[in-house]
Amino acid sequence: MEKKVVIIGNGISGITAAREIRKKSNCQITIISEESTYFFSRTALMYVYMGHMRFKDIQPYEDHFWKKNRLEILEDSVLSVHPENSTLQLEKGGELFFDELIIASGSKSNVFNWPGTHFEGVQGMYFKQDLEILEKRTPIIKKAAIVGGGLIGIELAEMLLTRGIEVYFLVREKRFWNGILPDADADFVGEHLKKHHGLHMLYEQELDEILGDEVNGVKGIKLKSGEKLDVQFVGLTVGVSPNIEFLKSSSIETDRGVMVNEYLQTNHPNIYAIGDCAQFREAIGKRRPIEQVWYTGRMMGETIANSIVGKPTPYTPGHWFNSAKFFDLEYQTYGWVFARREENEDELIWQDARKERMLHFVFSKETHEFMGINTFGIRLRHEIFDNWLNEKRDMKFILQNLRGANFDPEFFRPFEAEIIKTYNSKFNQNVALSKKVWWQKLLTHAE
Amino acid sequence: MQNKEKLVNLSIAGEKSQMLSLFQKIGSAVFVLGLLVLYFAYKEDGPQKILLASVSYSAQLIGAFLFTYNGGKFSFLSGGRKYFSTWKIISYLLAGLGFSVMMSAYFGWLPEGKSGFYFLMMMIPYTLSIASYTYAQYAGHVNGIKNNYVWASTLTGKGLLGWIMGILLTVFYIQLYWDKNPFPQFISLFDSLSMAIKGKAADRWFLYGTFYTFVILFLGIKFIYKYRHNRYQLIRTIVVIFSQVVLAYFIPQMMEAMSLNATENGYFDANIVASWPLDYDAFQPYTLKAYASEAYQPIGMAYFFWAIMMFLIITPVVTYFVGKRWYCSWFCGCGGLAETAGDSFRHLSNKTVKAWKIERWVIHSVMVFVLLMTLAAIIPFLTGKEFGIGFFTLSPTLFYVFASIVMLAAMTFIYLFSKRSGHKNKYLLIGLITLLMIFLFFNFSYFAGSKNTFVIESGTLKKVYAFFIGGAFSGVIGVGFYPILGNRIWCRFGCPMAGYMGIIQRFKSRFRITTNGGQCISCGNCSTYCEQGIDVRAYAQKGQNIVRASCVGCGICSAVCPRGVLKLENGPEEGRITDNPILIGKEGIRLSEFDAK
Repeated sequence: MEKKVVIIGNGISGITAAREIRKKSNCQITIISEESTYFFSRTALMYVYMGHMRFKDIQPYEDHFWKKNRLEILEDSVLSVHPENSTLQLEKGGELFFDELIIASGSKSNVFNWPGTHFEGVQGMYFKQDLEILEKRTPIIKKAAIVGGGLIGIELAEMLLTRGIEVYFLVREKRFWNGILPDADADFVGEHLKKHHGLHMLYEQELDEILGDEVNGVKGIKLKSGEKLDVQFVGLTVGVSPNIEFLKSSSIETDRGVMVNEYLQTNHPNIYAIGDCAQFREAIGKRRPIEQVWYTGRMMGETIANSIVGKPTPYTPGHWFNSAKFFDLEYQTYGWVFARREENEDELIWQDARKERMLHFVFSKETHEFMGINTFGIRLRHEIFDNWLNEKRDMKFILQNLRGANFDPEFFRPFEAEIIKTYNSKFNQNVALSKKVWWQKLLTHAE
Repeated sequence: MQNKEKLVNLSIAGEKSQMLSLFQKIGSAVFVLGLLVLYFAYKEDGPQKILLASVSYSAQLIGAFLFTYNGGKFSFLSGGRKYFSTWKIISYLLAGLGFSVMMSAYFGWLPEGKSGFYFLMMMIPYTLSIASYTYAQYAGHVNGIKNNYVWASTLTGKGLLGWIMGILLTVFYIQLYWDKNPFPQFISLFDSLSMAIKGKAADRWFLYGTFYTFVILFLGIKFIYKYRHNRYQLIRTIVVIFSQVVLAYFIPQMMEAMSLNATENGYFDANIVASWPLDYDAFQPYTLKAYASEAYQPIGMAYFFWAIMMFLIITPVVTYFVGKRWYCSWFCGCGGLAETAGDSFRHLSNKTVKAWKIERWVIHSVMVFVLLMTLAAIIPFLTGKEFGIGFFTLSPTLFYVFASIVMLAAMTFIYLFSKRSGHKNKYLLIGLITLLMIFLFFNFSYFAGSKNTFVIESGTLKKVYAFFIGGAFSGVIGVGFYPILGNRIWCRFGCPMAGYMGIIQRFKSRFRITTNGGQCISCGNCSTYCEQGIDVRAYAQKGQNIVRASCVGCGICSAVCPRGVLKLENGPEEGRITDNPILIGKEGIRLSEFDAK
């Protein structure tokens, strides 16, 4: 009898784990989720609301995939976990035994103690159910407020705008996403946001109270400044936190998330936690102890599969990378670009004349060794930057070879020469772009 | 907060859509009213008739639109407003006007004469309608991907309007191909233009060609505006428009006017882009006669050699360097229509593995069919005589040697790649056996001097091909079903040219779509907007490059990707196909997997 692996959660972490375990073994695999029958891309929920895709289009695998790969799906909710006898209690299905348990229950939207969060039309944007509630509410929304200037907030703003809803976006900081983005980058994004009609960015504004009407629906908000806004919808996007209430009664050690070591193992050797809900006892490198990113969830899922099939593997994510899209502005990052530059770091910022593209390099002050890059409106090659970080390349090398890292579609306007010019004049250098003529490109290798 | 509340089936296309909303009720009423007006239009004559018909068809269109407008999903009160911006309403009214004139001509209701005036009364409103629609839809938005409401719209989301359009197009194509005397008054609207260009009255093919070119030109401009932030799309679409307007329309019309390729001496297609096997007529006996006709020299001979060069050298060589996109989404007329007029329907293509399986069987069967049909037609034509084209003489022996070399080369190609790819490829084996069978039959008939190469009489093969593939498939289904099955049905399931280039693209080409490391978030935009029904995401989320026979290289997957994951590019063959890629970011895995091996 093969061992029984139970996975709580069918998001990217849990499903990656399930797929990788199946690739490597014949374990019995059971996936439990109450949110949806099949795995879907959470980051794509917005496109369903905007009409770009149907819900079924954001499900990466066809329905027959699960049966074919012997991945059992339980549409149920876990009430509690009992590590001492390796069982968990389901809402509908009673008791379930496991040999090994992977907790991948993800996050839930944060709700702070504002008065009025119970009104209809006040919600986060995280679960599939959030989208359904929003869809139901949409016909009566003329104006909406979004509280919290992060990635989910900006996506929610884009969603609402496509339905002709005016959006008031409350951002606590002076600039958008300024906790993550350096000032120059946040300003650049801010400029882009200004182009979108119907979007009102309210910087340095905080929510005081949510006001309701007689039928228990939201009718407005009051800001800390005293100003009132008439809105029929309030999106709370002030971050997410691990979704682990069901573990509180168990002996599994938790803090904000489920405490795990570098092997993603909890205080019980046969129970693991991955993805948004895992909290590392010791942070890895400069990473945060809880990483709530699609990519890290996927990497943890890949890692844990090895441990399950008997090859314990520590979670050693490579260089940091991430991406996002702020309305029509694409963003990618490789390596570390912190909101506040460190003492020993210098930077190179380049914008094109039309203010549609921007690159922000961060490197060592002394050696000009490359540390990280933020890119807006320009696509860069992940693999090449990963290699450059591994090889500890300096700015001179990177700029000379920047063309090779360009991932923009063919015929897009080149930008490399201009950046080099900026670099040369700022740091009094003499870097030149390695030349390549078109027919050589055709005959030799891809850029 | 109601996060945990279970709401049943409210998301897109939920139960609410089954109830009649206020707008659906109004829509039904408007539609029925429109039908009533049509009765009066039918009774009337002269200008009133057109006026009434305009009112009628506009009412029907608006009624149909309102009826299929889904109040439950995209409310009129909120986002729905966007649908009814002033420019959108103007656009619908103009389309209604053009459509009314067109339908009046179609039914023969227009008074005689003044065909030029009615032609303009149809084309100018259509043009302005496209312009105002484009303005309403994409102006005032920041440059970028704006696929809002695509699935919610009744036209592009397989709603009622989509079905109506599909039915109308289908009816049009059926008549165009098979009606003895289709819509004479409609055709006569094009007389003035035809007279101006080549001094004779229009026929159905002039109407079709003109309409086709018109659509590619103006919807091509709409496409450019929609993707104005993307220089690949910009340049590609300029070429698409140029290829249709100049190479496929203007030059052939001029050559016909100058009696250079179409007189009683025979006819050959003067569009240099039309290549065998897509242009299945390119090597038929009557075409060969036309190439050879004294009256057409030296142009006829040039076209004959160009036709051979196209399929034998240009196609494989260019496809090797840049993939089949140079043809399918840059120069081809069928592709041109799909990319411009069909852009709004690209998401309707089926992405299932099942559809992929059907695709492979059907497209390659058509390829075999066209090869059989062409060989079968040429062999008896050449038997017992020699055939001169300009300074060149085509003898049966020469044709035998030529065709044998081509087939043997193709077989060697398949054999080598089947061997090199390492794993057993069932499809390559089937292809090899099929080619071998054709080759044997071909040899047999050559040496036996048989007229019926493949048992069946060659004329019958041609007729069957022309009807089922050339008409029923590429025309009626290929375009008629745009709003229902997507815009590349023919290109994906039928086109033998695409099949031929697909094999090269899959096995011997520098083209691929590169996946950018580990940046994919599995959102599905790439797969959804792939007109060829390729599940791009299935590759991208694994970090795998996309190397697929069917990819036409339109570049939309790359354009709609929100995370900058996909790039169409040409590069060295080595490392092009990444069967078992490592997603960047998991060094630990890389090491342990290395250990395991």
